[in-house]
Amino acid sequence: MSDLGDRGSTVLEADDDHTGGHSRREFVGYLLAGPILVAAAVHGLYPDSAQALPTVELPVDDFDLTDVLTASSDPTIPLLAVEVGKDNLVTFALPRAEVGQGLTTSVAMIIADEMGLPLDQVTVTLRDAQPDLLYNQLTGGSNSIHSLYSGVRQAAATASAQLNQAAARKFGGAASDYRIEDGVVVGTNGQSATLGELTELAAVSKTTPVRIRLKSASERTLIGTPQGRVDARDSVTGAKVFAMDLDVPNALATMLCRPPTINGTAKSLNNKTQILAMPGVSDVAVIPHTDFVPGGVAVRAQTFGQCIDAIGAMNVTWAPGPVANLSEADVLKTLQDAEIPLTPALPGSTLEQVFTFNFRPGDPLETCCAVADVRADSAEVWGSMKSPIYGQQQIATNLGLPQNAVVAHVVQGGGSFGRHLFNDAPFEAAACSRAFGNKPVRLMWSRTDNFRQGRTHPLNIHRVRITYESSNVLAYDERCTGVACDFTQGLGEAITANLVSFPEANFVGFSEAVFVLTANVPYNFGAVTQLLDEQYQVQQFNTSSVRNVYSPDTCTSTELMVDQLANALKMDPYEFRKAYLRVPRLLTVLEQAAQAGDWGRAMPAGTAQGIAVHQEYKGAAACLVEIDCTPATVNRVIPNGVGGPRVTKAVYVVDVGLPINPLGLQAQMMGGMMDGIAQALTYSMHLVNGAYLEGSWDNAFYTRQWNTPPDLQIIVMPETTGIPGGAGEFGVAATMAATACAYARATGTLPTSFPINHNQPLAFTPYPFEPSTPPSPTNGLTQAF
Amino acid sequence: MPNYSFILNGKRVSVEAAPNEHVLWVLRDRLGVKGPKYGCGLDVCKACTSHLNGEAFNPCSVPISDIRSTDEITTIEGLPATVGMDLHPMQQAWIDNDVAQCGYCQPGQIMAAVALVQQVRAEGREISESDLDSLRNVCRCGTYWRIRQAIMQGEASMPEATLSKHRHPTVKLAKPKRHSTKAPH
Repeated sequence: MSDLGDRGSTVLEADDDHTGGHSRREFVGYLLAGPILVAAAVHGLYPDSAQALPTVELPVDDFDLTDVLTASSDPTIPLLAVEVGKDNLVTFALPRAEVGQGLTTSVAMIIADEMGLPLDQVTVTLRDAQPDLLYNQLTGGSNSIHSLYSGVRQAAATASAQLNQAAARKFGGAASDYRIEDGVVVGTNGQSATLGELTELAAVSKTTPVRIRLKSASERTLIGTPQGRVDARDSVTGAKVFAMDLDVPNALATMLCRPPTINGTAKSLNNKTQILAMPGVSDVAVIPHTDFVPGGVAVRAQTFGQCIDAIGAMNVTWAPGPVANLSEADVLKTLQDAEIPLTPALPGSTLEQVFTFNFRPGDPLETCCAVADVRADSAEVWGSMKSPIYGQQQIATNLGLPQNAVVAHVVQGGGSFGRHLFNDAPFEAAACSRAFGNKPVRLMWSRTDNFRQGRTHPLNIHRVRITYESSNVLAYDERCTGVACDFTQGLGEAITANLVSFPEANFVGFSEAVFVLTANVPYNFGAVTQLLDEQYQVQQFNTSSVRNVYSPDTCTSTELMVDQLANALKMDPYEFRKAYLRVPRLLTVLEQAAQAGDWGRAMPAGTAQGIAVHQEYKGAAACLVEIDCTPATVNRVIPNGVGGPRVTKAVYVVDVGLPINPLGLQAQMMGGMMDGIAQALTYSMHLVNGAYLEGSWDNAFYTRQWNTPPDLQIIVMPETTGIPGGAGEFGVAATMAATACAYARATGTLPTSFPINHNQPLAFTPYPFEPSTPPSPTNGLTQAF
Repeated sequence: MPNYSFILNGKRVSVEAAPNEHVLWVLRDRLGVKGPKYGCGLDVCKACTSHLNGEAFNPCSVPISDIRSTDEITTIEGLPATVGMDLHPMQQAWIDNDVAQCGYCQPGQIMAAVALVQQVRAEGREISESDLDSLRNVCRCGTYWRIRQAIMQGEASMPEATLSKHRHPTVKLAKPKRHSTKAPH
């Protein structure tokens, strides 16, 4: 078993000449008027990349979704300032969500490093919705560090330059005689002052541009070093505050009885008097289903337990939802009928295959929740929002209030994986608060609500055809046909706002833009076409851009077919990839993974290795897994769970360009890997008559300890490009693909439907559809240990 | 409503609640103890895992009427005091291994881990891979591998329990007394 201590090999050499050529350039920063020192950057673009938006051409090696999102956020970078407090703390209000991906830690590292502060002298908070930030308050596309790194550094450098200036004024000499060491400004003359002592002196009365110099790579002490999360202690002591832990006066527990089919609507509550008479219940209201508010019958009570009891007692008349007559086979048929035809085949041999990727849940462990305090002429909401400006705007519209009458607070989230790009809970909380006669609510979805009315990674099919002649690949054609993936509520607008130069002026919407900007085939495969078609409206099925969006399925389809082709050409899968990869960074991580994972070692029957690569987010990744498909493992008995094949070892190698926090990067890869394993082997939803059967984590089989690889190694490559790429979603695709490839090799069977256990007999008894939230068990003590 | 009295994190508390109210909501909504998290209310995800007289239990699935006045409930907030430290060694192991991502499940994970260590010690052995496989707590961030590392560190640094467990009379001592999910690995 490898261990984290092994990360010596992952630690990065600071290299002066390897910083993208801009770290020693001079910049102009801004000092903002005020009583204490507040400093900001002018822009946050990378000098050598996204200054101008080039025409998009496949493959998207050089210009991709990351560039688009960074360009969208850039115009408002000057609004992001670091503030030096009289308490010695430097604070930064992050215009992104923290949902476990570690942004507050990474951004604190960037500021502390640039200013010469210990990490705990920087406080990163989450910013309330601020409409003038436009597209710069979205958390998506694993883009946050890429879009903020340059601007945040410049703001921090501006602040430290001005502190040195203030010290020179206080003690004499030139600013260049001073520097910040360990959080204190010290002079060559032996004088020193704390930041708190200097901040008022450093303040300006009108906004002032100043010339600044960024630290070079060799001057860094934090970036590239493994740092534990800044909220680690709060997480392990129970002190970390999530939305449902907030203490908002009189915000009582609120839940909804929800329809038995997806997006159904409540027509009437037939026993309102009875429900209102139940213990603790103060309010009941029918909340109509709309495009923004999922709705049902809401109940407000002293405790959530009382809400669950009330839901169980409700007699509701429901109108069916828009897909009430559809089951999985119907949807699959619609997709198959809608496939965009492949281009006519070139002469040569062909390999062709269709892969099905079933509906997968997209929701985190913390269920959807938000606090809302709506008044007649104002509203205040709290929730984990990745698109809070959109949330604030829409809540104002829904309530008939001006936008500036709504305050939207972004709270730390218990996971997201793309889910909190959608403000379902804040919208619904505001609607309930209003419906109850403007009473504050703590709205929470139940787990079953989240599975059955939550958002999924949409069902889709991929047809791949490879055309080759002897060892030359002539063409690679892929057609992805799926249920519409929802990119509304802000992310889509941020992507398309800057695509005026996009070559496909008639692209149908956000989905196609995302697909074109992320899909790629990193091999020398001749003429490549990858096309997307989507069916159904986003108001029919609830979907979202779940972690890594299209890439896990695209990558898995590609890599399985690569193995098929290697087999046809009688080549080893690793040797084939080495021979055909056209991206040098991918070749490097591939070789590293093969070496660390001992590719090609002798394996017992029923077990095998698999290897896969993926490029996205300005980075390169490779994954090697070993899988055990022996009967003893596959048939092991898991009470209320599924066994099946087990990934026994996994190696992930990632090159993110410039690693900020290798420990955090390893964490993100690890999480993505668990998602990839789940999507390949066990994790899906079954649609029957307009409803998902799954209602708990013992129905939808996300990776659990018994599926976790006991042997895990994650290697973060040293700095390559000097520009930090994305991380949060980057572990998924290559792991899912490598797991699928390993399964194919271990069993001698090409898997064509994912997860591989999806079409086996249902491994659980579904909860009834009414009541929508099952009562909690009462036999908990029998399970104590 | 009847009044219930018990020991919570070392202090006697009393609270009015209906007999069928689940302990999770009595803790969170009536007593303001927010460490135990709601993740399913179905005794599945284990995010609310706390201790009852030193044993791991899930308050989402226990009615308050099952709690006797002599019972001691420990939530994550009260864990350090059980060893007389600012942080329990298992919490320190979590920090040392940088386990938490979003952190939502981690109070429950830690409480389950401490109980697991105590259980295998009571059986006179050390934690095995299959013991780790048997933990049912869901972590949707996928921190499972670091959890395994942290539990092994925490096991090594945990003091022997000073208080012997006094079992709750409603606990049936059926063997095995918890789910076994032992994989052959």
